Amino acid sequence: MTHQLPSTPGTQGDVSSYDKSQSWFYTDVVKEHFFHPQNFLEKDADETLFNAIGKVGSPACGDELRVWMQVDPNTERILSFKWKTFGCGSAIASTSMASVMVTENGGITLEQARHLKPQDIMERLGGLPQRKFHCSVLCDKALRDAVNDYYRRSNQFDKIVTEAYRIIDPVSKVTDHDIEEAVLDGAITLEAVQQKTKVGIGNASCLPAVEELIRFYKEKYFG
Amino acid sequence: MPEIYLDHAATTPLDPHVLEAMLPYLQEEFGNPSSFHTKGKRAADAIKQARETIATHLGARPDELIFTSSATEANNLAILGYARAHKHLGNHIITTSLEHHAVLETIMRLQKKEGFDVTYIKPNAQGLVDPQDVKNALHENTIFVSVMYVNNEIGTIQPIAEIGNIIHAFKQEKQISHLVFHTDACQAAGYLDMHVEKLHVDILTFNGSKIYGPKGIGLLYAKRGIKLEPLMFGGPQEKALRPGTEHVAGIIGLAKAFEMVQATKAKETIRLAALRDTLIQGILTTIPKTRLNGDAKNRLCNNVNISFMDIEGEALLLYLDAASVFASTGSACTSASLEPSHVILSLGLPYEVAHGSLRFTLGHSTTESDIDYVLATLPPLVEKLRSISPVSVDEKYFTSV
Repeated sequence: MTHQLPSTPGTQGDVSSYDKSQSWFYTDVVKEHFFHPQNFLEKDADETLFNAIGKVGSPACGDELRVWMQVDPNTERILSFKWKTFGCGSAIASTSMASVMVTENGGITLEQARHLKPQDIMERLGGLPQRKFHCSVLCDKALRDAVNDYYRRSNQFDKIVTEAYRIIDPVSKVTDHDIEEAVLDGAITLEAVQQKTKVGIGNASCLPAVEELIRFYKEKYFG
Repeated sequence: MPEIYLDHAATTPLDPHVLEAMLPYLQEEFGNPSSFHTKGKRAADAIKQARETIATHLGARPDELIFTSSATEANNLAILGYARAHKHLGNHIITTSLEHHAVLETIMRLQKKEGFDVTYIKPNAQGLVDPQDVKNALHENTIFVSVMYVNNEIGTIQPIAEIGNIIHAFKQEKQISHLVFHTDACQAAGYLDMHVEKLHVDILTFNGSKIYGPKGIGLLYAKRGIKLEPLMFGGPQEKALRPGTEHVAGIIGLAKAFEMVQATKAKETIRLAALRDTLIQGILTTIPKTRLNGDAKNRLCNNVNISFMDIEGEALLLYLDAASVFASTGSACTSASLEPSHVILSLGLPYEVAHGSLRFTLGHSTTESDIDYVLATLPPLVEKLRSISPVSVDEKYFTSV
């Protein structure tokens, strides 16, 4: 997996480069989805239309995302995908973009949905500021949560896949893998990992486990 | 669409009169004030004049002023310079939890790396420091107290003179002279009385970029007799406390700007306070689930800080930006640290309230029609973001103070 940002013409200056130079301007695609978010759940929507829901984050960590899906029971394709989020510009835009990606061309299957990566969403957005990437692209997590919810509701318990990675912070749904990625990105202190992932910001009780993992990955990769 | 700049606490534009005063020193009067020729002498004389101007408005002596590159540098020199020079006399420092990072991070550095004990005084729910809390924290080991004059995020005006009095009385009672009182006066310099005797402060800092002066210039006032250890070493400029060739144009600009804001402060305070209250009342009455952060009365005339429940500040900031209104937020998402505002948190409010906070700071260019425009623009933007938000903040947090 690579975090190298795609170079879309005209958007280069909008995204933070990998050398930590900071940028606060979003790409035109991000702006389009931010100012005109698509597929968010209308206020008086009929929730009984949906047969799966998913949730990730909490307002304490700065982002909360809930998703509602309508899945075709025969094809297991996503017919409709609605969302609500408490989040910043890139949280809104990435969720809006993800909602388009999972429903376009007749909708992707639940199996495909499971493999949607934050990088895929980011690529379609033409990049995001480096330091916003880990914390604001939550949609893939909420999507997997909803996929499991669909199988749970349809009694297909054998198809439920618990995260291959262990969730360390149940509030932010940050996994051991997220922490591994952060350490590989050069975050080798708790503060630095928190900056990238927001782990434990709304839930201090997981911090000892986080620190232990940082030590483990630091030794594993950097000796 | 005309741009409406409501971020004057971040920085102000350069006043044209200030620029005019500075220009000769960027052009023909480029001499080095340390040079022994007429060109150098003219630059040195200009600095001398600027120093006297500032000293007059502070009620200080010209030789009590040290020019630095910024208020951050002035605060660092005050805190590190004083603490390191007096550590043999005591290792206790008192400050507050709502200081600017330039003070807070510097003091935390002393605490973490240089063996100092620090008491962080918490403000009350309105963002005001109780002088009694400072009194209770004073100890014979205390060498340095730092309380900001006006908070940069919520605009609360702290009772500096009262705290200064308490410290003065404590020093007399205990017969100690090594305890000093510092105030970071960056936000206050444009609107409040800066007379150091009336404020009972020993060290005071501010800069040019918040008072319609240039960026890149800061000032440290340190009462005669106060010993500081320099942070940098080199030539004899600024009594060797701040070596390096002087930023002549910046010093001239700072003096001109300070003179101008101090002359217009009374009138401008009345004008802006009325606009401020229109904006506050307008938002609180037309937009549900909003709260004013910081005391309504003891508040700088240009500061409005409101939390909009259930939405995230950066998103609202960007929507306003698209409508040509420039404000700022306490949300984590716009800070390099991804931590929400320590000031809003120190009022005892939860993270989600800090995330939804927005600051509008008015200035000389602000007009009534600007405020009307903001009041007309804001409600639909808040409504739009709330319609895509799954969050509902507990009612107890949005009753205004």
